[in-house]
Amino acid sequence: MLEIKDMVVAYGRVNAVKGISFEVKQGQIVTLLGTNGAGKSTTLRAISGLLKLASGEIWFEGERLDGLPAHKIVERGIAQSPEGRRLFRQMSVEDNLKLGAFSRKDTSGIRAEMDRIYDLFPVLGERRSEAAGLFSGGEQQMLAIGRAMMSRPKLLMLDEPSMGLSPIMTQTIMRTISELQADGVTILLVEQNAQAALSLADRGYVLEVGHIMFSDSGQALLGDDRVRKAYLGAD
Amino acid sequence: MNTVIPDRIKIAYRYPARAVGAAGALLMLVSIFLPWAYGTAALDDMSYYGAPSPLQLCFGVLALTVLALLTIPLVGKQRLGKWAKVLAWNTTAKTASITALITAAIAVTSVAVELGGLLNVEIGGWLVIFGGVAAVASTLFLPDSPEPSLDEVKSPKWLQILAIVVLMAVALFAAAFALGQVDAGAFLTFGSFLVAVVMVLRQFGVFGWLGMAAAANNRVLVISAFVVAFLFPFTQNGSNANMSIAAQVLIFAATALGLNIVVGLVGLLDLGYIAFLGAGAFTAAVLSESAYSHFNFHPPFIVTVLISGLVASLLGLIIGAPTLRVSGDYLAIVTLAFGEIFRITMNNLDGNDGPDITNGSNGIPDIPDLNAFGFNFGQPHVILGIDIGRFANYYWLMLLVIALIIVVFTNLNHSRIGRGWVAIREDELAAEAMGVNTFALKLLAFAGGAFLAGVAGAVKAHHDVSVTPDQFIFLESAFLLAAVVLGGMGTVMGVLIGATILKLLPEKLRFFSDYRLLLFGLLMVVMMRFRPEGIVADERRQLEFHAEDEELAEEVEEELITHKAHLNPEREVFEL
Ligand SMILES: Nc1ncnc2c1ncn2[C@@H]1O[C@H](COP(=O)(O)OP(=O)(O)O)[C@@H](O)[C@H]1O
Ligand SMILES: [Mg+2]
Repeated sequence: MLEIKDMVVAYGRVNAVKGISFEVKQGQIVTLLGTNGAGKSTTLRAISGLLKLASGEIWFEGERLDGLPAHKIVERGIAQSPEGRRLFRQMSVEDNLKLGAFSRKDTSGIRAEMDRIYDLFPVLGERRSEAAGLFSGGEQQMLAIGRAMMSRPKLLMLDEPSMGLSPIMTQTIMRTISELQADGVTILLVEQNAQAALSLADRGYVLEVGHIMFSDSGQALLGDDRVRKAYLGAD
Repeated sequence: MNTVIPDRIKIAYRYPARAVGAAGALLMLVSIFLPWAYGTAALDDMSYYGAPSPLQLCFGVLALTVLALLTIPLVGKQRLGKWAKVLAWNTTAKTASITALITAAIAVTSVAVELGGLLNVEIGGWLVIFGGVAAVASTLFLPDSPEPSLDEVKSPKWLQILAIVVLMAVALFAAAFALGQVDAGAFLTFGSFLVAVVMVLRQFGVFGWLGMAAAANNRVLVISAFVVAFLFPFTQNGSNANMSIAAQVLIFAATALGLNIVVGLVGLLDLGYIAFLGAGAFTAAVLSESAYSHFNFHPPFIVTVLISGLVASLLGLIIGAPTLRVSGDYLAIVTLAFGEIFRITMNNLDGNDGPDITNGSNGIPDIPDLNAFGFNFGQPHVILGIDIGRFANYYWLMLLVIALIIVVFTNLNHSRIGRGWVAIREDELAAEAMGVNTFALKLLAFAGGAFLAGVAGAVKAHHDVSVTPDQFIFLESAFLLAAVVLGGMGTVMGVLIGATILKLLPEKLRFFSDYRLLLFGLLMVVMMRFRPEGIVADERRQLEFHAEDEELAEEVEEELITHKAHLNPEREVFEL
């Protein structure tokens, strides 16, 4: 479904992503692991069209994506919930969701989507006219995911959805992610919480300073010594 | 201020404090029947015994307010019932005293300045200051009232509508009275009185209630505001001086509303916005039948307006297309430069340095009055026995333009495009990630805002009779921006108020012209310190400026929950 080929992304003259290739298959949950500064967010930003590639290619459903402006990429069916949530804090829940659906023009479809999200996260429905900035961290994360879902993406990219959340909240979010997968959404999940991410993932890639070091199925990586040492806190 | 005096002392002295304050208010009341000035030339002639001038009557109103606020609570909490709680008696008494004292100080200072020295201040002037000081000092001893909650009190719909209509009528009367003041000191004193009234009503809780009523009866509010604005020329009885100022205010306001889209909604800083007004004005001037225009194409006004708007928005596109892709700082610099380049270019289109279009620094004079809708705007009329002059015609035309702008603006603000704009303002990268075509939307705002300025410029050309390049200096752009920020970015009402204040003050304070900029600087600093969201706050922006308050409120709430069991018993005594 999504294929990255030898992608290089730079900030100014510094390469943050140094020629990576990976693939996300239809219906899968794929996770990118790596420590801070490994280049995970940069990768997602490049796929979304927020950053230009220095070289390499991005293919989505048989079409070349790189070089397209960000709003075209959302139209093709890729949505992102960015790192740190980046909600429109002064806008209501409802307006945040409507913004997530900015690329769509079918009013009734948008309404139905919104109701689906309120079903999924009842707290958002109950307080739909309150400003997003007034919600707790977990609720804001729900809204960020909901907002990304509003464009009805085929591929949903989540950048550290568990950041700053309590373990219980993290569990809730992870459960939601697997529910979304069951609904047929393909998911590219960036996480520092390797345990949580790998138990969901069909496939995982480990990123270090802009390179993919190794990859395997989620289960295999959970048992992999290198991963256990570096990311799961085992000695 | 409430922490200066310990609570123990406040409780012990609350009755004496009230008595001293009431005495101060009485002194102020007595003072209005005494002369304040030895000469008749100061303010609106305050030199008589027993016959208060209109401005002295304003002080009477403030004095009675302070007196009432201090004495009515003495009837006791039982009899006051819920009114003891929903209205903020004590803090309002304090606000009323302070603003009354400031207003008195302005009046007395004006007397001294206009008559040449403090020696010209009569007994009444000293008495009002003395009474004011006593009132302020004593109200500092009163414990603070809780936040008023009048807006939560149920009220019948007819009362709300009546209140809105009365408010509008009072606003009309106050505006006419303020404009009627030719004396700078009198204008300042009355302005200060108006601010005092507004602050007292706000503190007391009346404004909260009015805001609720206005929101509930939005249509009534908008229609009555327009009716009042429409009626304004009838209060002037043919006086051209004031109507010209009023028409200029509306032209300025229409331009500011255009800038409000760019700055207030999308968050783009445009420092050369006046150039778009200039582009519209020059276009209309060139297309007019002025003998000094070198073009022989004179379309009907409707067409001229459209062309002026389009020329301005074309300029907007030319500036915007290369700069809106890069970060905001560049835009501020480029627009600043553009404003200057525009003015210099207009100066150079004189046949020597370039083609002869604008006659250089002489500009295009002698622009004939508008002839549109089968109606010559230069002709005065008599309606209902009242003279309606040339400027009133332009005033009404601009009122129509502003009504159209408001309709378009409010619809946009609540549309998909408006949401996209606000999203760009809040977090451009996130907006982009959500699929907002940020570049196209910014360009649209830029061109649309420029279009409005161009339209206003077309009317301005005919209203002013002549268009010259030096009308479009940077200072004007700065004033437009100040009107938007002062009034309240992103709101229509606020920007209208801000534009009125910023256009009216310099006209009425020619007296101070050397210190005008200093005064504005001070005004802006004070506003940014105490009310950064502007006079009227955009509901979406509240959070931005008062995020700490929200956090504080949450903390307090939590504490309340934990300590509910042992609430401070002294609190009961305190509320009076
Ligand atoms: N806006 C930026 N400008 C310059 N360098 C950046 C920027 N964002 C990230 N980087 C650098 O790029 C590298 C990868 O960052 P990032 O993709 O955010 O890592 P991760 O998401 O894996 O923590 C880091 O070295 C970081 O310092
Ligand atoms: Mg990151």
